[in-house]
Amino acid sequence: MTTRDVENEIASPASWTVQGPPIFARRGGVGADDVFKWLVYITAFAVPAVLVALFILLVIDAWPALERFGLGFVTSSNWDNVKEQFGSLPYIYGTVVTSLLALLIATPVGVGAALFVTEYAPRPLRVPVSFTIELLAAIPSIIFGLWGFFVLTPIMRSTVEPFMKSAVGPLPVIGSLFQGPSVGKDLFTGGVILSIMILPTIVSISREVLLAVPTMQREGMLALGATRWEAIREAIIPYARVGIAGAAILGLARALGETMAVTMVIGNSSRKITGSLLTPGYTMASAIANQFTEADNPLYFSAIVGVAALLLVVSAIVNVAARLMIWQISRGVAKGGTRG
Amino acid sequence: MADPSTLSFKVSPVSPLAPDRRYVARKFYGRFMAGLITVAALVGVSVLWIILGYVIVRGAPAINLDFFTQRPLPYGEVGGGIAPSITGTLLILAVAALIGVPVGLGCGIYLAEYGRGSVVEVIRFCSDLLAGLPSIVVGVFVWAILVRQVVGNFSGIAGAVSLAIIMVPIIVRTVEAVLLLVPYTLREAALALGVPKWRMVISVVLPSARAGIITGLVLSVARAGGETAPLLLTTLGNQFFSWNLLEPIGAIPIQLYNYAVAPYPDWHTKAWGSALVLISVIGILSTAVRVATRRQNR
Repeated sequence: MTTRDVENEIASPASWTVQGPPIFARRGGVGADDVFKWLVYITAFAVPAVLVALFILLVIDAWPALERFGLGFVTSSNWDNVKEQFGSLPYIYGTVVTSLLALLIATPVGVGAALFVTEYAPRPLRVPVSFTIELLAAIPSIIFGLWGFFVLTPIMRSTVEPFMKSAVGPLPVIGSLFQGPSVGKDLFTGGVILSIMILPTIVSISREVLLAVPTMQREGMLALGATRWEAIREAIIPYARVGIAGAAILGLARALGETMAVTMVIGNSSRKITGSLLTPGYTMASAIANQFTEADNPLYFSAIVGVAALLLVVSAIVNVAARLMIWQISRGVAKGGTRG
Repeated sequence: MADPSTLSFKVSPVSPLAPDRRYVARKFYGRFMAGLITVAALVGVSVLWIILGYVIVRGAPAINLDFFTQRPLPYGEVGGGIAPSITGTLLILAVAALIGVPVGLGCGIYLAEYGRGSVVEVIRFCSDLLAGLPSIVVGVFVWAILVRQVVGNFSGIAGAVSLAIIMVPIIVRTVEAVLLLVPYTLREAALALGVPKWRMVISVVLPSARAGIITGLVLSVARAGGETAPLLLTTLGNQFFSWNLLEPIGAIPIQLYNYAVAPYPDWHTKAWGSALVLISVIGILSTAVRVATRRQNR
């Protein structure tokens, strides 16, 4: 046997096989190892199975309405359960308007709070501040709804909305958003309560993204004589931009599906699309919550499930988009990449 | 690093230590933005305390012994409580955990210990999608299967299943994350002793990740405990005590909602009281488990 043969012998795993019966190996029949493995496999595949079943079932139940109205189901704003006309545009509109408004409010506040935690706060304040904001995420939706119903709505009606009408109302384009009587329970209040609810999502994710910005990045800027804010604007924000956008979109995903809190403050009465934020409306989720149990004829029921299927698809798309963006950032960090 | 020629501020030709007018302006602007950022953080922090404060102040007057021991009374009768909802919530949560914990745990173990290649990616992706699903959609799904087909009426078990579906992705994510933190040398040591893989997972990997796993489980139960929308579509709520999982069962969030939207001030106080109970249950649950696991790890 040459040296080379010996090396081959050692290197080849085939020669490692243990001779004789292994001590712990199964002694005939199906071993506990197999049983455990199959249990784990079954539970793991239950997750995609539920997702697929959910999607298929919703589409089947929604089919009569989708088939009957076709594209009109999403483009028509005529939702009349007596005449059996179902166009879900007002619900889509309500969802889009409240969610965008929530983003518009929560993104600056959330990114600001994250910047405070990562860039400005003295060390002992960092954890308590971010922890407190993230605790908001643990409060159930129904409690936001209760608070919105009894506390926020009266404040909006008596103070905020009249103020917005007098301050912003006369302006040319934005002014049209604040027309009509202040009712309190409207799209505007819905957007505000949503902005509070998505704040923790935006704060926690943008904080992670900001922490992933290499220290060199900000130190280099400060060494050039930049002030702290200039370092943030020129070096940190550009680096974290994609991740922050991902955080905002994940917040958007949460806002789209939020049900109870919005249901309690949005009014649930008018189905008109007026262009003013001071109109009581519906979101897709609140329409389902309000009308699901009263849908007494098959087509009406099918239309409500159609709204649920639509909500499912939209929130899945938004979620995937957000994850892709955040994933892109964390991958860049993992590779030690320095993009700016 | 940004290209210096594109910077939107000019570095002063004089020493930055000698304050010229532009330097003062930049510095002032920096202070101003720092102020805005601090205000943003302050807003974020105070919102939590404002909401908690309202729940405590308005809910406290509703809290007395009857509130925990009596069933809700029709309007006009004095007293009454939310006892059926408390027992109902506990029952539904227990059953939901009985379904959701094994599935979530198993799926997490699969992702960390068994899965290979793209299957792991697919299942993790599905789990994340499930986590992002609007809870009302889960309610519609469970209604269509259990309420309409299998059971035939609104029932506690349907609520438990919908809460389990909400719990699973939360459990999966935390379990996978903490299992991946368990050092590989531990697994190799166990396998080198000739221990079969299932024993390695159960006796070595899971115990060393215990604290993290329990935190994940509690998080999921706390999240499920406050869910309202799917319960409205599946368990419906019940004013009376019920232990029958095939019948409608009360739940705190549903009772809270019914109290809140009713036009009676007395019921509104009871709604705030229910909110206080709900928040306390969630808070106590989380802290108790966190304290218990910390003590064990010492």
